[in-house]
Amino acid sequence: MFENIALAFQGIWSHKLRSFLTMLGIIIGIASIITIVSTMKGTNEQIKENLIGAGTNAVKVQLYLEDWGYSWWYNGVPAGVAPITEETRQELLDIDNVEDVSLFCYRQYDSSVYYKNSSFNGYFYGVDGHYFDTCGYKLSYGRTFVPADYSGFRKVAILDTQACSALFAGMNPIGKTLEMQSEVFTVVGVVEKTRSTELEIETVSDYWTYADTSGGAVFIPLADWPLVYSFDEPQGVMLRAASTDAMTKIGQQAESLLTASQISRPDDTVSYKSEDLMEQAEQLQALSNSTNRQLLWIASISLLVGGIGVMNIMLVTVTERTREIGLKKAIGARKRRILWQFLTEAAALTSIGGLLGVIAGIAFSRVVSSVSGTPTAISIPASIVAVAFSMLIGILFGMIPAVKAAKLNPIEALRRE
Amino acid sequence: MLLEMKDICKDYPQGKEVVHVLKHVELAIEEGDYLAIMGPSGSGKTTLMNIIGCLDVPTSGSYTLNGEDISEAGENRLADIRNATLGFVFQSFNLLPKLTARDNVALPLLYAGVNKRERSRRAEEALKTVGLEDRIDFYPTQLSGGQQQRVAIARAMINRPKLLLADEPTGALDTASGEQVMDIFDELNAAGTTIVLITHEPAVGARAKRLRRILDGVLGSEEGGARV
Repeated sequence: MFENIALAFQGIWSHKLRSFLTMLGIIIGIASIITIVSTMKGTNEQIKENLIGAGTNAVKVQLYLEDWGYSWWYNGVPAGVAPITEETRQELLDIDNVEDVSLFCYRQYDSSVYYKNSSFNGYFYGVDGHYFDTCGYKLSYGRTFVPADYSGFRKVAILDTQACSALFAGMNPIGKTLEMQSEVFTVVGVVEKTRSTELEIETVSDYWTYADTSGGAVFIPLADWPLVYSFDEPQGVMLRAASTDAMTKIGQQAESLLTASQISRPDDTVSYKSEDLMEQAEQLQALSNSTNRQLLWIASISLLVGGIGVMNIMLVTVTERTREIGLKKAIGARKRRILWQFLTEAAALTSIGGLLGVIAGIAFSRVVSSVSGTPTAISIPASIVAVAFSMLIGILFGMIPAVKAAKLNPIEALRRE
Repeated sequence: MLLEMKDICKDYPQGKEVVHVLKHVELAIEEGDYLAIMGPSGSGKTTLMNIIGCLDVPTSGSYTLNGEDISEAGENRLADIRNATLGFVFQSFNLLPKLTARDNVALPLLYAGVNKRERSRRAEEALKTVGLEDRIDFYPTQLSGGQQQRVAIARAMINRPKLLLADEPTGALDTASGEQVMDIFDELNAAGTTIVLITHEPAVGARAKRLRRILDGVLGSEEGGARV
């Protein structure tokens, strides 16, 4: 076996140009597959990262009117929905795998915030003391809300980095006053989302996908919410899951718990629903995967063509080496040994091709990534499978030439010049 | 009796006709024999050689080699017999150009399942007996015709075969190299190796102990060799 492999490499090396040209089909096929798979994996990871946020694992449960998120500015505060009490919050905390629970109220777009002449038109939140922890925000500078802010109904505000740059454009915002709904709030801190990568917003649909987390937000203590809006407004809930995989289940449990305990209406048009980010991520991933999968089929065709090229050259090799085969049979080589010799050679040829293809594919996906900005992630298992698969192609397409060699009649073979 | 052929016929279809290449050949060879089969080209001597060498099977008749009925043997068994019981020397040497003298000689041992170190040792030894101990790592293209044929003899002898078959072993050599090769054959025979040699050169045939002529597929009766 080892002799065969050594001989095969020797044979490949002694016909460098021919071997390389033979491998080219395999190299191109494997390289394009690796590039596509890397891009696929990179895109998937980016989608997950953008939607779920690295390590945040926050599940949002909000009021829905039928199938749509409850629109506060259009529908007003719904009747028959009680505000969430501290007891209910404790019940939510008791759900398995829930690490923290936060209550919040919010408005979007109808809440213009002004500092002098600059304005900001994003999200506006009233949050309790658990919110920043639960959603994975960290303090950039200034301070977060303290118990006295809540108990004293202090009119203080915290900005996220985007809202901060929209309103203050490089100035230090701490101590400055903002006007919101004719109320004046003092900025005490700036927070930012902890995530390892920046959002990539390139198209309109990207914007809508990620708008929730990318539009910027201004936070005030939940206790102050009635100063700006209304009393007893039912809150949304943010839950932090112990793991990403637990998010879907926690969301389901929380929504049934809240719908049962908070809502007392004759109709069931209003309910609490969780935003299943995992599911959304999976849908987006499935979409991008299905386009890439079609590309994979096309790349596989080039592997097929490469395999046929290998078969062709192996047939030529068998013809060239007819005398060698005849002699080997004459001095006692069994059929199977000749078969294995040529199969090994074909498999070695395509394995080297596969290896070069993987290297070329990794290099190419790096180039694609840096030119087009799409993220790539090299998949080690995919690379191993690719090399193993090219070896399989060698064995498959080397079969016909190898069988032909093994079947040669030694007398005829020795007579051939 | 090392080899016994009874009523061997070999037919080849040629278009609609059938050509009778060998006709009712009877042949017996004892251990230690040295037989030359002489005939012009087209006489059927190569076909007879192929059948003796288990490279081809007769159309009819029985062939026993080393006590084994060859007509019963399958393809793998024939390969094993060629490897262990027979040694071949060809007119055109048939060395593999990409292997050194040592590796060429060791090749039959590879098929016999001998490990690498042992193969290498025995190949060196065999090359020594044909006087090529200083050419062990040479490639065939770096050797003269006579030297190449001696490498081929070393290869044929490496498995210590019962029977050495030589097909026109001096056909591609000059007289001096041919003499050298024939001397080696004499030595091998003296050491106990049975040899069957086919040739069309009377001078070569005359060096065997026994001589039989073949013509149009008919093997003639024994003629006393020059040395008998």
